[in-house]
Amino acid sequence: MSVNDTAAGLPAVNGEARPSGRSAPRGWPKEWSRLGTASLLWFIAAAVTALWADADEWERTGEFASLLAVAGGVLAFAAPLAGRARQTAGGRLKGAAGRLSAAVPWLIVLAIGLIGWEILTAKLNLLPRPFFAPPQALLEVYLDDWPRLLDCLAASLTLLVTGYAIGAVLGVVTGVAIGWSRAVGYWVHPVLRLIGPLPATAWLPIAFFAFPSSWSASVFLIALATGVPVTILTWSGVAGVNSAFYDIARTLGASPRFLVLKVAVPAAMPHVFVGLFMGLGASFAVLVVAEMLGVKSGIGWYLQWAQGWAAYGNMYAALLVMALVCSGLVTLLFRVRDRLLAWQRGMLKW
Amino acid sequence: MVALETTDTAGMTIDVQVVSHGFELHGAPLPVLDGVDLRVEPGELVALLGPSGCGKSTLLRLIAGLEPPSRGSIFADGRPIGGPDPSRVVVFQDPTLYPWRTVRENVTLGLEARGLLRSHGHRVEQALDLVGLSGFARAYPHQLSGGMAQRAALARALVNDPRLLVLDEPLGKLDSLTRLAMQSELVELWRSKGFTGLLVTHDIEEALFMATRVIVFSERPARITADLTIDRPYPRHRGDPVLTELRHRILELLGLAETW
Ligand SMILES: Nc1ncnc2c1ncn2[C@@H]1O[C@H](COP(=O)(O)OP(=O)(O)O)[C@@H](O)[C@H]1O
Ligand SMILES: [Mg+2]
Repeated sequence: MSVNDTAAGLPAVNGEARPSGRSAPRGWPKEWSRLGTASLLWFIAAAVTALWADADEWERTGEFASLLAVAGGVLAFAAPLAGRARQTAGGRLKGAAGRLSAAVPWLIVLAIGLIGWEILTAKLNLLPRPFFAPPQALLEVYLDDWPRLLDCLAASLTLLVTGYAIGAVLGVVTGVAIGWSRAVGYWVHPVLRLIGPLPATAWLPIAFFAFPSSWSASVFLIALATGVPVTILTWSGVAGVNSAFYDIARTLGASPRFLVLKVAVPAAMPHVFVGLFMGLGASFAVLVVAEMLGVKSGIGWYLQWAQGWAAYGNMYAALLVMALVCSGLVTLLFRVRDRLLAWQRGMLKW
Repeated sequence: MVALETTDTAGMTIDVQVVSHGFELHGAPLPVLDGVDLRVEPGELVALLGPSGCGKSTLLRLIAGLEPPSRGSIFADGRPIGGPDPSRVVVFQDPTLYPWRTVRENVTLGLEARGLLRSHGHRVEQALDLVGLSGFARAYPHQLSGGMAQRAALARALVNDPRLLVLDEPLGKLDSLTRLAMQSELVELWRSKGFTGLLVTHDIEEALFMATRVIVFSERPARITADLTIDRPYPRHRGDPVLTELRHRILELLGLAETW
């Protein structure tokens, strides 16, 4: 199994990947008008928010309307610029224009969604409160509670990165050791088979009890959640290395150390990355649970805390931040992989 | 052709003394080599010819030092072979380039493994030149054609300046035109450098066109059934009547004379 395989079934959402017949000069007035439509819808969203009185007063309705209007304005400006850039400019600017135009359907749907959300919550109070907060409630959280959110974000990232890095490094080392040494394999394999399938969160009560602090316990759990898939996939990668690669290196004078570092590890890299992706997903899950149950900081804790106060606006705001951060980290890992595995052909673009 | 700078051009003597070898297949012993006795003098280019699966590659692995023989012994320049050594380099039938390394990085591997990259780095460019791949030094293996990949594998071997070059059906998968061209190139290379060559092939014309000696093996377990010296000057001509006569004799030895 590899990321390439698993993603093969996904539809290509990346507009760049397709040959764009739309870049022909004849096409761009149409494109212009589509960007114009998007811009108009964002202005309408701004108008609905600003001019239609809230059912209950919300503090940041005005700011939210301004933000929507700014978005509409940017799109209005971008429309002619984008058309021109695609025709004349080359390289980066053209690429940006292309991406913008590929995003237009999303921009339109987002604007419609925001209008609907705004009307159903703030304007008509049709959805049960406090579970459904209007969009300006999220903005309110970002504007008023940002120091705390930022603190939590920093705490979460520190915890995650520490645990993930430890787990990834130990996972690669253990995986290579099992794949390389019969003795290590003899002792570690059964342990891995027994413990590997157990979700890392199952260790949570013991970990919080056994470790000096809930923070170190969480690092351990995240490292475990990351390390297991990384170990197993590194191992399978090393075990699957074409033995001719070793034969050739040996006849050319390679030492065992060279065989491990320059043959086994690079050959196993595609598998290692599958493990790193699986580990990243698992580490997110453990992070949130650990923060909700033990660590008194971080986004997970913030979610829990917001729920305790029925502050659903805060919860959605934190969820959105978390989604962005997790997605950003996955993107980052894809970037690293693309760079390190540039020698592979036909890689999935994220 | 650009000459590759050489340090010690003398070929190696290989002495295979009554070597038998076998594997285990589904619990039953599978004898593969049966008392193979063969001495290769320095600078010879010896073709090993035999039916597919008879044990030729196995013999080469033993000579390369990748496995010890079950019985008998093999000497390189009079010393018993205890393991692989960069003075004895193998080019396998599959080029088996390291896909994560560029062509240049593949060629440098031997020097890198022995810590000679700094002192002997210039040999890399020479080897790439020699096989005509200078323009593809930064390409990855998947960007090469079959012939180019095989040349890259050859450069990876030559950069180590081997005293014994072992070629295991190196041209087996190439199209016939590339194949003919590379046969001539290999002969020229061997003649200019003076290493000892062992060439496994199942192509009789190829053996006769290139080698100073042709060893014919039986079906598995391989025994040597004939040892023919091809005493013809280089460069050879494919239509040479002496070679045609030899080809007939070899076909007879392989029991295929009636197909001629
Ligand atoms: N590592 C191995 N384990 C078991 N059998 C092997 C192994 N290597 C080769 N053989 C068997 O030995 C025989 C000779 O193989 P080989 O030397 O590759 O033949 P060829 O003359 O075609 O090069 C074949 O029947 C093959 O199946
Ligand atoms: Mg073979």
